[in-house]
Amino acid sequence: MTLTERLRRLDVTTVIMWIIGGLLLFFIVLGSIQSILKGTYTPAQWFDFFVFGISQGSIYALIALGYTMVYGILKMINFAHGEVFMMGALTTYFLADEMNRRGVFDDKGALGPTLLSTLFGLIVLFAVAIFISMTVAVLLERVAYRPLRGAPRLVPLITAIGASFFLQYTARGLYGSNNRSYPNVDLLKGTVTFGQFSIQVVQIVVAVTAIAMMIGLYLFVQRTKTGKAILAVAEDKQAAALMGIDVDRTIVITFALGGAMAGVAAILYAIMFRQAHFFMGFIPGIKAFTAAVLGGIGNIPGAMLGGLFLGIFESLGPTLFLDGLGINSPNQLKDVIAFTMLVLILIFRPTGIIGERLSEKKA
Amino acid sequence: MRKRLMLLLMVLMMVLVACGNAVSPETEDAAGTAVSEAGEAADAAADAAAEAADDAEAAVDEAMDDAEEAMDDAEEAVDDAMSGDAMANCEADELGCVTVAPGEAVNIAYALVISGPNEPLGRDSANGVEMAVEAFGELDGHPINIIVGDDGCSPEGGQTVAQRLTADESIVGIIGTSCSSAANTAIPLVTQAGMVMISPSNTAPALTAEDRGDEYAGYLRTAHNDLFQGRVAADFAYNELGARTAATIHDGSIYADSLQQVFADRFAELGGEVVAQEAVNVGDTDMRSVLTNIASNAPEVLYYPVFTAEAGFITSQAKEVSGLEDTILMSADGAFSPDFIKAAGDAAVGMYQSGPYVASADYDAFIEAHVEKYGTVPPSGFHAHAYDATMILLNAVKEVAGMGEDGTLYIPRTALRDAVYATKDYAGLTGTLSCDQNGDCATGEALAIFELTEDVVSDPDNNFPPAAIYQPGTGE
Repeated sequence: MTLTERLRRLDVTTVIMWIIGGLLLFFIVLGSIQSILKGTYTPAQWFDFFVFGISQGSIYALIALGYTMVYGILKMINFAHGEVFMMGALTTYFLADEMNRRGVFDDKGALGPTLLSTLFGLIVLFAVAIFISMTVAVLLERVAYRPLRGAPRLVPLITAIGASFFLQYTARGLYGSNNRSYPNVDLLKGTVTFGQFSIQVVQIVVAVTAIAMMIGLYLFVQRTKTGKAILAVAEDKQAAALMGIDVDRTIVITFALGGAMAGVAAILYAIMFRQAHFFMGFIPGIKAFTAAVLGGIGNIPGAMLGGLFLGIFESLGPTLFLDGLGINSPNQLKDVIAFTMLVLILIFRPTGIIGERLSEKKA
Repeated sequence: MRKRLMLLLMVLMMVLVACGNAVSPETEDAAGTAVSEAGEAADAAADAAAEAADDAEAAVDEAMDDAEEAMDDAEEAVDDAMSGDAMANCEADELGCVTVAPGEAVNIAYALVISGPNEPLGRDSANGVEMAVEAFGELDGHPINIIVGDDGCSPEGGQTVAQRLTADESIVGIIGTSCSSAANTAIPLVTQAGMVMISPSNTAPALTAEDRGDEYAGYLRTAHNDLFQGRVAADFAYNELGARTAATIHDGSIYADSLQQVFADRFAELGGEVVAQEAVNVGDTDMRSVLTNIASNAPEVLYYPVFTAEAGFITSQAKEVSGLEDTILMSADGAFSPDFIKAAGDAAVGMYQSGPYVASADYDAFIEAHVEKYGTVPPSGFHAHAYDATMILLNAVKEVAGMGEDGTLYIPRTALRDAVYATKDYAGLTGTLSCDQNGDCATGEALAIFELTEDVVSDPDNNFPPAAIYQPGTGE
């Protein structure tokens, strides 16, 4: 195709969108250059922003996996997924608190904070949170979504919102509306220093665990029979059923996997932010959904990239882009940055960063 | 292409919503100026007061005369009521009339935050309201009934609860809201419905500013004004802690924004330097970025008058950010609860909070009764203010209510509102309360700075509230 042909094929919408995108990019670049030239922040501080972003983003990514996998297989947005995450964090709190009282995580108890007891404690917490989140996710599928499998697409969406409220207020009824404070794990305090850069131990743990889980999930889906069944059902339910794949079972497994990831995210969130309450799932849920769209919904590596991308820009963006433009208290506008990123990505890559090509049937 | 256009529109809308959630700069500016103006006005008033001490005496005499006249009027009104004109008087009332049939309950309502992370703040006030109603007993043979509303601690919540409560014409008055941002949207509706609303814990200056406008006519409060709280906090930071640089964080709510502005203005006025005024969003969890921004200015004091959840995140993360290790942390009454301490954890040791402070024999008796009734000490700091607010409302109802021959109670709304405004030298738990024409009923004494010690932080449920270490007037 020659250049003139391409130009002739352009329509007004595309041109407008490119202009908007160009303007946004211009301001982003301008702001970044000014912020860096101003020199208010040391390289160590820039590095800090980046690391905060990675740890926050890897939690978004873990939750986003749940959205993206369910979307991939059922073509529905499971808006109750944030609550699956919340249930894991809030229920496990009581166990964590009890373990803390017995001195598993610090030197108050008789055991002392040995590496072994902390490790054991964390593994138990992860296991319990995974179990709870998985159970909630699977029940959700069985009770709220399966009866509506054949219904128009709007119906399960509304059900998901209803289920989200139901879970929130169930948690409120069961556990009360207080803010619960997770124990501060002694061995996760402190920082690791390389020259002028330093990273908190807890952030390393969060990022490494999250990335390991994501790689594990990716391999599971790509390499195992069950994983391939998920991919097959996502591709075409009827054809998969004809090939002898149990579609219902595969869907349940998908929900369970998403729930497990949310359970891991719940504990990572808990050891990083140390707060839990019944409404905690809402905002991470929305952010993770955004991350899933950013990366290309329905795509597992996309959710991982989208989460990290969103986390990093939320953390770095306000200071990097807005500080240099002379905007006061830029951190208040971090959601604007996050959604502006979404606009930019969708303008230049409508299917997300590494989004799949949507075939006619899927779109 | 149409699909893409729709998508673009949707995304743009999302951006707009996100922008809207962050406080629009216009309102922020407006609030800022209002605050500074009010601050100036307060200063000017103080000067004038010093000069005009003599005049004041004369004025007091006059006021006394006025008050006596008013009393006479009120007595006459009561006489009228007694003589069987209650119904006619009440029905002629321009804001409307509440009739309570014999044996039925008089309805008052509360609009407090009784769900979500700020629940302790609202629960605390709600307990105060319940105890006041219990202590008040019956009103001329009618029991008092409380209708429950939730202000959600947000502008939307305030509007919703006000719409619901004002639709019920049997409600005579409302205790609420918990949060200033909810008050801002609720007040116009309440005023329009002719009801009167008394808040136990709204502290934003604009709500009772002199130029607050007619739509605020139905609103009063027993909580302290933040013009006072911010001043005390700044005085404490500058004089007692010896800090010369400070930074503030607000969450975009009217309460936090205006309080930090008062603090910053006063701190600068004292000679200190405000190095940063940052903001976060309600619902944010990762405060490390904003704290790193602030750390680049290395302030000696960090003042963040935000609510429980965000204050918890800021406190626990502040100590982890390099450059803030030695910064003294200070928050305010919005996070003055055991829940905040639990959320912040060990990082809260050694920080300061400004909050309501009440000390009297009556108050001790109240606490005992509270423990007996609810099994715990009050979960936050505004129970006494709520108790006083309810008592003021119920006393005013009692004063204006006229009894029909068959035992029907007639409560004229205009008279009720005037009676609440006319409250003078009421001996409440928080001190001696008198309401001024702008709706401020607080004594201005019931406030202190508290230090969170190891004891309180290790067992906040039982050792709350912490010990007061500084009270306005006792310092310099």
